[in-house]
Amino acid sequence: MSLDSVVIVGAGHGGVQVAIALRQEGFGGRIVLVNDEPGLPYQRPPLSKAYLLGKINATAMLFRPETFYVDQRIELVHDRVAAIDRQNRRVMLDSGSALDFGHLVLATGAHNRPLNVPGSTLGGIFGIKTKADADLLSPLVKQARNVVVIGAGFIGLEFAAVAAAEGAAVEVLELGDRPMARAVSPQMSELFRAAHQGWGVKFNFRTGLAELEGEDGKVSAVTTSDGRRLPAELVVYGIGVIPNVQLALEAGLDIDNGIRVNSSLLTSDPHISALGDVAAFPCVQNGENLTRLESVQNAVDQGKLIAARLVGKPAPYTALPWFWTDQGNLKLQIAGLSIGADNYVTLGDAAAQQLSVLCFRGEELIAVESCNRPGDHVFARKILARPPALTPAAAAAPDFDLKAWEAANRP
Amino acid sequence: MPTITFIEHNGTRHEVHAEVGQSAMQAATFAGVPGIPGDCGGACACASCHAYVDDAWAGRFAPAEGTEYDMLENVVERQPTSRLTCQLVVGADMDGLTLRLPAVQF
Repeated sequence: MSLDSVVIVGAGHGGVQVAIALRQEGFGGRIVLVNDEPGLPYQRPPLSKAYLLGKINATAMLFRPETFYVDQRIELVHDRVAAIDRQNRRVMLDSGSALDFGHLVLATGAHNRPLNVPGSTLGGIFGIKTKADADLLSPLVKQARNVVVIGAGFIGLEFAAVAAAEGAAVEVLELGDRPMARAVSPQMSELFRAAHQGWGVKFNFRTGLAELEGEDGKVSAVTTSDGRRLPAELVVYGIGVIPNVQLALEAGLDIDNGIRVNSSLLTSDPHISALGDVAAFPCVQNGENLTRLESVQNAVDQGKLIAARLVGKPAPYTALPWFWTDQGNLKLQIAGLSIGADNYVTLGDAAAQQLSVLCFRGEELIAVESCNRPGDHVFARKILARPPALTPAAAAAPDFDLKAWEAANRP
Repeated sequence: MPTITFIEHNGTRHEVHAEVGQSAMQAATFAGVPGIPGDCGGACACASCHAYVDDAWAGRFAPAEGTEYDMLENVVERQPTSRLTCQLVVGADMDGLTLRLPAVQF
């Protein structure tokens, strides 16, 4: 029997992409997109930067206008899925109604790892995950004079750059010894450290959060793990996320860090797929190890792959991961995964804030980080998507140029 | 409301009513034009919204610069009138603009 309906849980990049791609692939059955947030589905990346700064409005963040969903017969249901009944292929909703599915796609994303120190429930403390978070935060950023950021990852630093640009004194607490330590090379961390310091951001490395102090229910200061007290009317944290696996767990699906899927992005139930931030998949670029990636690219490409499979065009997921972050005048684009990198070759000039770092594991090029060298990023994606591999010796040659190399080695 | 025509590589035409102030990429994605994924949402990070400005209009835009220029330099099938449509802001004077989409969108 051919597939007659697809229910998608979660309306972030991955969930919306499945719906759009299903129609593009010619799927004629019912598509229901269950969204537990108000309004039309929107893109999250601007929440910590352009939207927060007021550079773009809420409409510009939407994936599609309402007419698109109507025209494409994509049913938007504002509700929360309470449970999955695998036996009867049905999801139960908080509102009490239920949806039958031919296939179910879990695109439930992740939530911010919460702060767990005394004072964490005071006002003026934010993670940034939803438009509602950004809407509350936006006016406060403009008023705040003392801002403390917990965690020097992408989100924390994007926000630190925004807060510094708005004139606040910004202190960043980070347990590691450099910015974005889990995501980028030491060379790239150093460029960003210097840039943020240039914008007035103060880093406190190897420093945790001990306590949040408040006045009248609002945060007024933070105490660091080394006993210092920093004034703060506004605290923003970005200390990682936790995949939203609860539904899948309760339904008895295999869980391993995220919802465990195979290379086709199927869960342990052949009628249920999972994708995006919540899915742990065997990653080609990570030695086939189960990997969970939190990125737009991953959600979008996995969404396309699932849609293609559901219309009878199965393929293993092998897409090259890529990421970006915008901080102040810096655009960092990363192609590939640098896990296990042990050798780096740099191109460009860190002092001029134009730097690419080629990350090798042994002789194998595994990732390229480009700051304000977007052309390198485009080439890196071409090079990393297929052999022959670029060796460190070739990359370290005088006047090495990625574009020339790619042209000379194009298959 | 300016009308912009997007022509897919296979010749399929899409006439899109665009809002002044939105990007051409967004006008296309909002209207469901295939062939413009616009994966990064207009952050000029992914180069998936490449299009060729019709010759008749080529002289009416400021040339690509900065990040857009650098990325375009390295996209597949670059032509002199290539633009990343997330960086093309729709103006009232763009009624009738034609944008052609490349065979490979990257």
